[in-house]
Amino acid sequence: MNLQSILSILVFSPLLGIIVLALLPKTQEKAVKAIGILATLPALILSLAVYAHFLAGKNLSDFSISVPWIKFRGINAQEPFFTVSYELAVSGFQLVLVVLTAIVSTLAAIGAAKFIKKEWKGYYMLFLLLLTGMLGVFTAENLILFFIFFEITLIPTFFLIGKWGYFEKEKAAYSFLLYNGLGSAVLLIVIMILFAKTGTSNIEILRQMMADPSGPLKDGFKLGLFIALLIAFGVKLPIFPLHTWMLRVHVQAPPSVVMIHSGILLKIGAYGLIRFGMGIFPKQFESLATLIAILGVINLLYGAFLAFIQTDFKMVLAYSSISHMGIVLIGLAAMNEAGIQGAIFQVVSHGLISALLFFLVGVIYERTETSFIDKLGGLAKGMPLAAGFLLAAAMASLGLPGMSGFVSEFMAFLGLFKVEPWIAAVGTIGIIMTAAYLLRAVLGMTYGKARREFDGGLDLKGAELVPVFVLMLLIVLIGVYPSVLSSPLQATLETILLGLGG
Amino acid sequence: MSYETFSQINWSIMTPEFIILGVIAILILMDLFMPKTLDRKILGWIGITATFAAMVYTAAMAGGPVQSILHDTFRIDSFAIAFKLLILVGGALVLFLAVSYEPKDGVERYQAEFYYLLLTAMLGGMLMTSSGDLVTLYIGLELLSITSYILAGIRKFHPQSNESAMKYVINGSISSAIVLFGMSYVYGLTGTTNLLNIANELAALANSNHVYLLTIAFLMIVIGLAFKISAVPFHMWAPDVYQGAPTPVTAFLSVVSKIAGFVIVIRILLTVFGFAATKGPGSPPILYDMQNYLAVIAGATMIVGNVVAIKQTDIKRMFAYSSIAHAGYLIVAFTSLTTNMFQAIWFYLLAYLLMNLGAFAVIQVITEKAGSTKIAEFAGLYRRAPVLAVSMGILLISLAGFPGTAGFIGKLNIFLGTFYAEPSHYVLASIMIATTVVSYFYYFRVMTQMFFRPAADESKFSIPFGILVVLIVAVAGSVLFGIMPNFAFDFLQNNLDILGDFFK
Repeated sequence: MNLQSILSILVFSPLLGIIVLALLPKTQEKAVKAIGILATLPALILSLAVYAHFLAGKNLSDFSISVPWIKFRGINAQEPFFTVSYELAVSGFQLVLVVLTAIVSTLAAIGAAKFIKKEWKGYYMLFLLLLTGMLGVFTAENLILFFIFFEITLIPTFFLIGKWGYFEKEKAAYSFLLYNGLGSAVLLIVIMILFAKTGTSNIEILRQMMADPSGPLKDGFKLGLFIALLIAFGVKLPIFPLHTWMLRVHVQAPPSVVMIHSGILLKIGAYGLIRFGMGIFPKQFESLATLIAILGVINLLYGAFLAFIQTDFKMVLAYSSISHMGIVLIGLAAMNEAGIQGAIFQVVSHGLISALLFFLVGVIYERTETSFIDKLGGLAKGMPLAAGFLLAAAMASLGLPGMSGFVSEFMAFLGLFKVEPWIAAVGTIGIIMTAAYLLRAVLGMTYGKARREFDGGLDLKGAELVPVFVLMLLIVLIGVYPSVLSSPLQATLETILLGLGG
Repeated sequence: MSYETFSQINWSIMTPEFIILGVIAILILMDLFMPKTLDRKILGWIGITATFAAMVYTAAMAGGPVQSILHDTFRIDSFAIAFKLLILVGGALVLFLAVSYEPKDGVERYQAEFYYLLLTAMLGGMLMTSSGDLVTLYIGLELLSITSYILAGIRKFHPQSNESAMKYVINGSISSAIVLFGMSYVYGLTGTTNLLNIANELAALANSNHVYLLTIAFLMIVIGLAFKISAVPFHMWAPDVYQGAPTPVTAFLSVVSKIAGFVIVIRILLTVFGFAATKGPGSPPILYDMQNYLAVIAGATMIVGNVVAIKQTDIKRMFAYSSIAHAGYLIVAFTSLTTNMFQAIWFYLLAYLLMNLGAFAVIQVITEKAGSTKIAEFAGLYRRAPVLAVSMGILLISLAGFPGTAGFIGKLNIFLGTFYAEPSHYVLASIMIATTVVSYFYYFRVMTQMFFRPAADESKFSIPFGILVVLIVAVAGSVLFGIMPNFAFDFLQNNLDILGDFFK
C-alpha cells in the first residue's frame, strides 16, 4: 500500500462508519453500537501500525502527503496564488497524540455503549465525526487545515453535550460553543494574518520564516500574535481565568464524552501551544516564559485548592484537570529539555488518567445515580473492583512513582527548578494539595460507612473491564518504561530546543 | 433612427434579457386567455425554464470580449456576466420556491402576477449588472424596486403583508430619491451620465472646490444604496418587510435584491469615485479617502445585525437581521479594496445565495404548515422530518461560517483581503470574526429547537418538489464549495477577467 495515503485513511476512516450508520435503521440498537465501536478500530490499527513503523527505525516522513488544495487567486499580480495545500504528516510528538486519540476514542466508544441511553445512532455518527476532527488536528501540517479540523471538533461536541448530557446540558453546550468559538476566532485572526503577510500557512515554512530576522514581520507584531495564540489555546487548555466553560462541560456532559473531552480535546490546547506557540514564535515564548510559569503555578494551585472543597466528585476531577494543565504550562515555561518533555508526558499521562477516572465515575453514576462524595462511601464493599481501580487511578493522578503521573510531574518541576527555582518552589505546594484532595475524595467514596445497600452484581463487569484494564496498563507502562514515549519525542524536542537556541 | 442603424446594433448581447422579457409577455397573455379554473402553476414552470435558458446563454458568453451597445449604456463585460449568473441562479431557485408556495390571503387571485413580477424584478437586476450608464443603472434599480414593492404586498388580505409593502414603498422611494440626488451632482460636475466618461472627467478634476461637491455626491449615493443593501443605520425596513412578505418574496429580497444592490454599489463607487483624484492628478482617489466611512458602516452593520438577531423570536425577522449581518461582511470585502475584492464578493454572494435560499426553503415548509413564523415552530423537527432538520443544520453551519461549508471559504477569502491590504484593516476583520461568534448564538438556537426540544405535534411533512430541488442544490452546493472551492475560483479565473474588463 502507498504509505502516503495511510494518514488520509487514518483520519477519514471514521467517516465510513458514519455512512454505514446512516444506512442502518435506528431501532437496531446492537448493530448501531457494534458499528460505532468497530468504526474507531481502523484508526487505532493504522496509528499503531505507524508507531510500529517508527519502532522499526524507519522514517516518519514516509507518510507525509502534500497536495495543492484551495487556490485563493488574484490577490496581487506578482503572486497569483495563495495556495492552501492538503498536507498531512506526523512527527514523533504528533504520532504519540494520534495513538492516544485513537486508543481513548475506541475506549470511549465502548463506554458509550454502556452510558448512552437513547438515540445511539445519532450519538455514534457525531462521535465519529468528532474523531475525524481530532485525528485531523494532530496530523495537519498547515495552519488552515489545522483550523478546519479544530472547528470540526466543535460542532459534534456541542451536540454530544447538548443532547446526551445531564440536567443543565444545554447551558453547558452553549458555554462550550461560545468560549471555544471565541478562542478559535482569535486563532483564526492569527492564522489569517500569518497567511496574508507571508503567503504560506505551512507550519514548517512559517517556523523558518519567523526564525529569520529579516522576515516579513516585526518583532513587536510577532509578540502580539503570540499573545493572541496564548489566549486562543488558553481557552482550550484551559488557563485560569478562561476555564469556567470547562467545569460545566465536565459536570454536564455524558461520561463517554468527558473521556474524550478531558482526555483529548483539552490536549489540543497544549499541542497548539507547543507546536505553534513554541515552534513558530520561540523568541516570543522566551520573553513571556516567566509569565507562563506564573500562570502555570496559578492554574496548579487554584485547581488544587478548589478541588479540595468540592462535594461533587466530577467537580473534583474538573478542577484537578485545571490543576494538571498547570503542570503542562510549568514544564513549557522551563524551556529546557526536561521541562518540555515533562509537559508532553503530562499531556499524554493526563489524557489516559482522566479518561480512566471519568470512565469509572460514569460506571459509579450509572449504578448509584450520584457522584456526590458524601452520598457515596463504602464503595469498596459493594464494588470492590471499581473502588480499587479508582484508588489506583487517583494514585496515578497524584503522581505515585511507578505510574505515568510521577514521570511527568517530576520532569516538569525538574525543568522549572533549573530556571525559576522560586516559582517552582511555590508550585510544589500544589503537588501536596493534589495528594490531599484526591485522597480526601477517593477515600470518602471507597471507604467509610456505606450510605446505601449494595446488592450483588454492581461491580465492573464484561466489556466495562476492557477500558479500565487498557488504560491502567498504559499508565503503568509509561510509569515503568517511559521510553515508549520519550523515544518518539526525541526528534521533536530537538527541533523545538534548536528554535529556542538552547 | 433608421432601420439600418437599428439592425446594425448587436442585439445578441441582450439575449438573456430578451428571453426573460419575452417570457414575461407570454405569461401575461397566457394569464389573460387561460380559463379562470386552470391552475396557474404551469406559468411558474415556464418562468423557470426561461430562466435556465437565459442562464445557459449568459454562461456561454463568458470569455468573450467586452461589448457595448446603445451608446455604451448597455455593456457585457466579465463583471456583468459573473453577477448576472448569480442573479439568474438565485432567481431560478426563488421561482422553485414560488411554485411550491401554496397561495392564500389573496395571492390565489394573483398567482400569475406573482410569477411574472418575480421575473420582472429579476430582469431589473440583470439590467443593473450590464449597465454602463447612470440612467440605465437607475432604470434597472427602479424596475427591481417597484416590482418588489408589489410583491411584498401581494398577500392582499394579510395585514402584515400590507404593512410590509407600505413600509417598503416609503423607505425604498426615499432612498431612490437620495441616490438620484447624488447622481445629479455627478452629472453636474461632469456633464455626462456614462460611467467611463465620468471616470475620465473626474480623474482630471482640476478645481479643488469640486472635491466637496463630489464628497456630497458620494455620501448621498452611499446613503441611498445603503438602504438598498440594508446596511446600518438604514436597515430598519428590512425586518418588517421580510416578516410580512410571502416567504418566496422574502427569499428574493434577501438574496437576489441584495446581489443587485452590491452590483450597483460596486459599479458606481468604483467607476465614479475610483479615479476621482482629490488633490490634483496622481493623488489617491476619493474612494480611498472615504474608506473609513465605509468601514464604519460595515462595522455597525455587522454588530447591529448580529446582536439584534439574538433577541428575535420570529424566524423571518431573525433571518432579516442575519442578512443585514451578511451584508456587513460583504461591505468589509468591498472596503478592503484589494484586487481580489471581486472574487471575494462574488464567491461570498454565491455561498450566501445557496445557504440562505436553502434555509428559506425549509422556513417556507415549516411556517406554511404551522401557520406561524415563530422560531418555536422548529421544535422537534429532527423527529418529525430528519431530512429537513439535517439539511437546515448544514445550511445554518454554513451561515455561521464553520469549515467544510462554502460560508467558511467565503469568510476566509474576505479575511485574506482585509489582512493583505495595506494598511491592513485589523479592527474591521476583528469585528467580523467577533460578530461571527455572536452569530453562533442565534443560528444554534434554531439548532437547539430542531434537535434538542420535543415536538409540539408529531405530524409529518410533505415536501413539495420545488422545495426539494432548492434543498438539494443548496446543501450540495454549500458542501461542495466548502470542500472544493476551486471549482468556483477556477471558473471565475479562467473565463472572466473581471478586473481587466471593468474599466474598458
